[in-house]
This record gives sequence, C-alpha cells and structure tokens, in this order.
Amino acid sequence: MKLITAIIKPIRVETVSKELEKAGFTGLSVSEMQGRGAQAGRMEYYRGQAFAVEFRTKMCIELLVAEKDVDKAIDVIVANARTGDAGAIGDGKVWVTPVERVVRVRTGEEGEAAI
Amino acid sequence: MEPADIAWILTAIALVLLMFPGLAMLYGGMLNGRNVLNMVLMVMSSLAVTAVVYVIIGHGLVLGDSVGGAGIIGNPFEYSFFTSFMEDDGSGGPLWGAFYILFAGISVALVASGAAGRMKFGSWLVFVALWVVLVYGPLGHWVFAFSNEETGVVGGWMRNQLKLHDFAGGTAIHLNAGAAGLALAMVLGRRNAPAGRPHNLPLMLVGVALIATGWIGFNGGTAGGANFLAQYVVLTSILSLAGGILGFIAIERIRDGHATMLGAGTGAIAGLVGITPVADAVGPVGALFVGFLASAAAAWAITWKRRHKIDDALDVFAIHGIAGITGSLFAVFLANAAAPAGFSGILRGGEMDLLWREGLALIVTMVYSFAMTYAIAWTMNKIVPIRVSVEEEELGLDRALHVETAYEGRTF
Repeated sequence: MKLITAIIKPIRVETVSKELEKAGFTGLSVSEMQGRGAQAGRMEYYRGQAFAVEFRTKMCIELLVAEKDVDKAIDVIVANARTGDAGAIGDGKVWVTPVERVVRVRTGEEGEAAI
Repeated sequence: MEPADIAWILTAIALVLLMFPGLAMLYGGMLNGRNVLNMVLMVMSSLAVTAVVYVIIGHGLVLGDSVGGAGIIGNPFEYSFFTSFMEDDGSGGPLWGAFYILFAGISVALVASGAAGRMKFGSWLVFVALWVVLVYGPLGHWVFAFSNEETGVVGGWMRNQLKLHDFAGGTAIHLNAGAAGLALAMVLGRRNAPAGRPHNLPLMLVGVALIATGWIGFNGGTAGGANFLAQYVVLTSILSLAGGILGFIAIERIRDGHATMLGAGTGAIAGLVGITPVADAVGPVGALFVGFLASAAAAWAITWKRRHKIDDALDVFAIHGIAGITGSLFAVFLANAAAPAGFSGILRGGEMDLLWREGLALIVTMVYSFAMTYAIAWTMNKIVPIRVSVEEEELGLDRALHVETAYEGRTF
C-alpha cells in the first residue's frame, strides 16, 4: 500500500478529483495549504502599500492506493493537474510514500481490503 | 418644529446610527483577524461612553450659552442630565440631543484608527471620555453653536466671530478626528509586527455601505428639517461619493498600476468627507470635483504618512483630515453662489477674506486637536501605560484582552 500526496493548483482540484473517481479511486482527502516552490511570490497593494505575498495557496490531495494502482493514479493526477499545454511553474508535485498498515474503522478490515 | 421636519430628523438619526457598525466593519475588516473584535469594541464603546459624557456635560459644552460670552466653551451645566428635554417646548430638544450625541460619538470612534491593535481597552474608554470633554467639546462649540441675537445666546467663535463656513463638521468632526488619530498613534508608537494584509475586504465594503447610508442622514439631517437644503446636500453628497471613488482609483492606477476595491471603498468615504463642510456651497458639477480631488489628495497623503513612520493604522488623518481640508479649500476658491449657501469662491469673484477665515479655522482645528489629544494620551500614559504588553500584542487583542476570537481555529 502506498500513500500518494499531490500538491496542485486549487483550480485543478475538481477536475483531478473527478478523473480519479472515473479511474476507480473513490476515496481521497483534500486540504488547503500554503507554501513556496519555484513559483515566485507576488505583490499586492492595499491603499498604496505593497505587501509581498510569500506563500502561495495550493491544494493537497492525499489518497491511499494498492501497490498495483500507483502508476495509474499518478498518471491521472499529473495529466489533469497540469495547466496549459506544456504546464507551468507552480503546477505542483506528486510523491509516493509507503504505508505500513491501514484499518477500516467500520469493519476492522485491514490492508488492501480497507482501501 | 413642523411634523415633517421632525420625521426627517428622526429618520436621519436612525441613518447616522448605522455609521457605528459601519465604521466597526470598515476598520475591523482592514485589520488582521486577531484584532477585529477589539476594533469593533473600540468603535461601539465610543458611542456608549460619549452618551454618558454627553448627558452629564457634553451637550452643554457644545451647544450651551458661551461661558463669559467668549465663544470658547459652552456652559457645561446648561443641559445637565437632559432634564430640560423631558417636556415638549416645541424646539425639538430631545431630537437634537440624540443627533449631537451621534456626532460626538462618531468623531471619537474615528480616532480609534490611531490606536488599532495596541491600546488597552480600559485606557481607550477613559481616553474617549476625556477626548469628548477636552477636544470635541470646545471644537464642537466653536463650530456648531450659533449665536442668537434675539435670545442673547452666544455661540462659538469660529462660527460667529470668524464667520467660518462649515456645513456639517469638516473641521470639528473630520479634521479633528484626523489630527487626533495622528497624535494618538504617535504617543502609542508603532505596532510591533508589520501591518498585515486586511483580513476581510468584503466586510470592509459592507462597512463603507453603512457609513455612506449614514452620511445621507448626517449631511441631510444637518439641513435642520425636511426642506430644499436637505434635498440639495443629499444630492451633492452622493455626487461627491461618486467622484471620490474615481479619484482614489485613478491615483492607484497611476501609482500602483491597478485599481482596487479597497481603494474604491476608501475613495467613497474620502469623497463624503470632502463634501461635508461644503455640501451647500458648491454646484452639482463642483460636488463631483470635490469628491475626486478630496479623494485623490487622500490617496496621495496615505503614502506620505507611511514614509514618516507614523502608524495611523487605518489612515484617519489622510481620509478624514486631508480630504476634509481639500473639500474646504475647494469651496474657498470655487464655491458657487447659486448653491444654497450663496457665496462665491475667490476664483468666481468672491472675497479674499474666505481664504484666511477658512485657513485659520483649519489650522486652529488641526493644531488644537493634535496638541490636546497628544497631551491627553501622553499624560494618561505617564500615569498608567496605555499600551498593551508585547505578549498581548503578539497574541492579538481579541484573545488577549477580550478572551474571544472572531474566527474559529484561524490565527491569520
């Protein structure tokens, strides 16, 4: 079992989520996060005063998948999170981490049955 | 008073009352989310404390017969405890009592700009009471108390000896609040953390809307009844508001490259400030220009103040002080004799006298308000420090002083 974590642009979250569902990944969690990467901060002006906005808002998608489904899930995420034809700086990242144990609370099922 | 006049002033009072929650939202929305409730409390408590002071001596200080006939201060005990308002003598006493409480209350509420995010709440309450007595009392008397030769009542020196033209309080309310906010900010010192972005701009705009609604009552009610003057000043106020929106965003577009919503909302207020002293003295086209110029001047002054490192957090000096001065000066040069006030500005063949009369009133208002406010805050601070601790400021005043938070689980 693996945990896939994807940090992507907020505007792509709905599309990624829908496409993942179509591909058979029914469960995932979404959270808003702030951070920085290759994409530069930006300036905002309030009553003429400039504020540097250091952190960009991104969305974080997390989902548990079986070993054999990892590549499929990553393909769906990458294809749908990319903006424009060639992608753009700030489109995000996806990474995979191993998961030791998963338990479904309702039934007590373990492992891939609980995903 | 005629029933129609009473009905309009009663309505105007209700409108002006909206300015308090309006200012609370405008100021609160512009701060970070840790100090918003404290700011709302400062604004609303301004009304509460002012009402107490007003019932005891405030109304007398402003509208009472001038002590010694000097035009400096009204007899503080003339309206003590409002006992004379309990019977109908036909003069509308309770009506004006209520109206003027709101005028005084909103003036001191504006001063909270200079205290945002760093003043002890108890100190603020004491400051409000002292300020209404020592700063607003005399200034209100100078500007709002008319002499009456028939009854022998003597009013304030600016209005009656200097012959100042100030329709609804450009001096006693707006320039006064602006200079006072600056003085209070200087005594308190800058906030420790750099000022963050405004935490809720739509809330700020709701505040602007309520204040603008209130302003119709503020200027319209100052006309004194349901009459042509009320119609006229409501029209010029709205025109100036519109000019104000354009003036501010024009400066922003040129200077920063973008027009902003915060700028448009701020400009609407600056336009209303600009027209307040001259709503009855300019023509409709003039009113558009008053708003545009007052607002553009405020937009410029906002950056000037930052360079001088004074933390007037919500810009009361620029928006109420500079815009008010601009409006007054516009009438000095370009007042339209066909408007109800009936005098011509200097460039339209009016008397040069206007310049020194208005100029002197503006300077005296600014100097007196600044110096007396500074003295009050400085003295209070010597007795008991009026600034919160570093830890309280860091935690945010909502949690540190009031043990409540505006937004669940968010720290901003």
